[in-house]
Amino acid sequence: MQSVQTDVVVVGGGGAGLRAAIAVAQSDPRLRIALVSKVVPMRSHTVAAEGGSAGVIRTDDSFDSHFDDTVGGGDWLCDQDVVEYFVAHCTEEMTQLEHWGCPWSRKDDGHVNVRFFGGMKVQRTWFAADKTGFHILHTLFQTSLKHPSIKRYDEYFCADLVVEDGRVQGVVAIDIATGEFLLLECKAAIICTGGAGRVYGQNTNAGIVTGDGMGIAFRHGVPLRDMEFMQWHPTALPGTGILITEGCRGDGAILTNKDGYRYLQDYGLGPPDPWPRPKAMELGPRDRLSQAFWHEEQKGRTVATPLGQVVWLDLRHLGAATIHERLPLITEVAKTFAGVDPVVAPIPVRPAVHYTMGGIPCNAHTETPLKGLYAAGECSSVGIHGANRLGSNSLAEIVVFGKVAGERAAQYAKAAPAGKSEAARRQADAVEARLVALLGRDKGERVATIRDEMHDAMETGVGIFRKAEGMQAACARLALLRDRYGRGLKLDDRNRAFNTEWLSAIELGFTLEIAEVIAQSALNRKESRGAHTRLDEFKERDDANYLKHTLAYRTGDGPPRLEYAPVTITKSPPKTRVYGGEGKKTVLI
Amino acid sequence: MAEPRTIEIEVLRYNPEKDAEPHFQTFKVPFTHDTSVLQGLQHIKDHLDGSLTFRWSCRMAICGSCGKMVNGKPELSCHTFLRDYYPGKVRIEPLNHFPVLRDLVIDQTDFFNQKLPAVKPYLLPKEDKPLSAGTHLQTPKEYHSYYQYSQCINCLLCYAACPQYGLNPKFTGPAALALLHRYNADSRDRGWQERAEVLNSEEGVWGCTLVGYCSEVCPKGVDPAHAINQNKVKSTMDYFGVLKFLMPRGGS
Repeated sequence: MQSVQTDVVVVGGGGAGLRAAIAVAQSDPRLRIALVSKVVPMRSHTVAAEGGSAGVIRTDDSFDSHFDDTVGGGDWLCDQDVVEYFVAHCTEEMTQLEHWGCPWSRKDDGHVNVRFFGGMKVQRTWFAADKTGFHILHTLFQTSLKHPSIKRYDEYFCADLVVEDGRVQGVVAIDIATGEFLLLECKAAIICTGGAGRVYGQNTNAGIVTGDGMGIAFRHGVPLRDMEFMQWHPTALPGTGILITEGCRGDGAILTNKDGYRYLQDYGLGPPDPWPRPKAMELGPRDRLSQAFWHEEQKGRTVATPLGQVVWLDLRHLGAATIHERLPLITEVAKTFAGVDPVVAPIPVRPAVHYTMGGIPCNAHTETPLKGLYAAGECSSVGIHGANRLGSNSLAEIVVFGKVAGERAAQYAKAAPAGKSEAARRQADAVEARLVALLGRDKGERVATIRDEMHDAMETGVGIFRKAEGMQAACARLALLRDRYGRGLKLDDRNRAFNTEWLSAIELGFTLEIAEVIAQSALNRKESRGAHTRLDEFKERDDANYLKHTLAYRTGDGPPRLEYAPVTITKSPPKTRVYGGEGKKTVLI
Repeated sequence: MAEPRTIEIEVLRYNPEKDAEPHFQTFKVPFTHDTSVLQGLQHIKDHLDGSLTFRWSCRMAICGSCGKMVNGKPELSCHTFLRDYYPGKVRIEPLNHFPVLRDLVIDQTDFFNQKLPAVKPYLLPKEDKPLSAGTHLQTPKEYHSYYQYSQCINCLLCYAACPQYGLNPKFTGPAALALLHRYNADSRDRGWQERAEVLNSEEGVWGCTLVGYCSEVCPKGVDPAHAINQNKVKSTMDYFGVLKFLMPRGGS
């Protein structure tokens, strides 16, 4: 096997990975950086983020206000020390992106404009039309080209980590084009591989969002934290699950049921007028809005379409000029994928899985429990999202903590002793032997068969609302699916070069284990909090017993072992989450 | 009309480990009104032949992964629909003008590792402004002078469309030149001189013969042909030394 010597390997070329790589390069241009990504970086799923990125900028806003919205939005499961750091550093990262060329939308006077987002008290969401993730990703990718010390390994699939003497010493990757393995010896590795939304069938996520980094860390004894908290975005297209940004509602769009009624007023988010106003009705948080859809569906007040039940997202009153200026992508998406021009007709929408709140646990320095391993972005659980992420906090997260990860990993790598090449090689050879064996089986099931059954188990048993019996059934099915997977898949494709069926089989191994972690973590959280909401006897939040992080540890072939860890509270003791209520109409600029 | 219907998808197959020559293979695929060409390919891979190889990711026309030739035209397969080809066949091939790695997968390293970095597609500001000084001011007018060219998703459809790139792979090509223009036209940027050599070379704007098919196939309305041809005027002025003298920003 070929090997290369590096100092820091960044796994994942999305926003977090690119920001981390740039931070390493800026910390010390002598450090050898490998940026390993299974797709060319600008294909990463950051590209699909639409609405915007949070950063306090207005005179009527404050870090405290952003902190309160985030902690309350997360139903008090956030680590407040980390949230304090986060809100204090968002704005400078947004400014940094501006200095690197990000085309933030502007006001007439030339200053950066900000829009409303759900659960945010004040306009603090920086946006680049409704292609914010796309522009952030391309800005970061293009900026990374200025740094010769960042060596890209585009379309290299990260297969495993090398851990020796209790610390990370390398990354084993497959060169997708040839199918050859490569050992990247390193002193530190930063995992930035995104979420695991593809555990579910109906999701807004790209096909690559299969939780690889989480799965790899998990197999090396790192727990996965708070995985029961999956976010359903309330407005995705039926069928495909394609995202229709919250920025629509931030700009004044409304949600109506089959009777044209703004149903959110029946679920503690009203009254509907005056409209718009922050943290009420359509500007409530995502967990509440997705739950309200479920109730409307139960009541028979949603609209039946060939692709499932929907409600209407109505933008028409915003007018063609505003829609085209601020929401061009969703206009194009609605026309292409739903056959609807939002200027003249409402868009059919329904909830779909969108975001993985949990992940690889790390502290505010992005250090994970495994020495030399750092994590940033959606794959991580740094502690800012709690039980429900607020829209526009995740794009801010990838740059704020991507930078921290790069700086910390750089510092660590400079002090770390040289690794043991011989041991690393032996481990890498074992990884190769294990994965190449997947290619040789003459009997077994198809990748798609197991994948589709996993989707069904998760959608049925661990959905927007959960009951013990449903979750138990999902756990049992997932254990069987893991067993079937373990007995081996049969691949049509036995070649090494660009064998994407083989890669899908490896990815499926990660997603199956993550699915089981989600289901088991959900079953054992006997309360309702944020995005984890139960319909059985545990309908209420239970701070006495569950103001805690779930930690799921791998046990091999069996279900994960669950432990619980305290949540850091600095200045905001748990309160009731309140949205809606009376308020003044806000002028949207 | 009763759904699902069935369409024939004819796909170019090429496996360098086994095949001396590429060949076509036909699959019968069920589809409904909403089924994209990409979903048709995914159906083949999931259920009929797992060895069919193609790139895809976001399936919403923003990541740029899934460009293919669809009945001879460069398209993003995720926002091209099988219904529009029925009852005829639909023929899928890899993007024109690129080496083929396998089946529908092209070798795109020429663009990502050579052409794109060569145009310095990043902000080269006149002076380093500290973060504490805040953001630059940029009026909506200044913003709109480059914004269209920042929409490029690097899908490479324009290279598959460009007859000049087909004839001369050294031609910098539509997407890279549009991105060059995107930064030159940005009011925050002062890097036009650093980009001038690439721009003015024979492989730069002068490689373009004004066919304009690049702009026609662009799924994001970037209009690279317009970007290139605006720069032919500037390149001429630059040749005669007019730009440096008259316009500190290169006339963007």
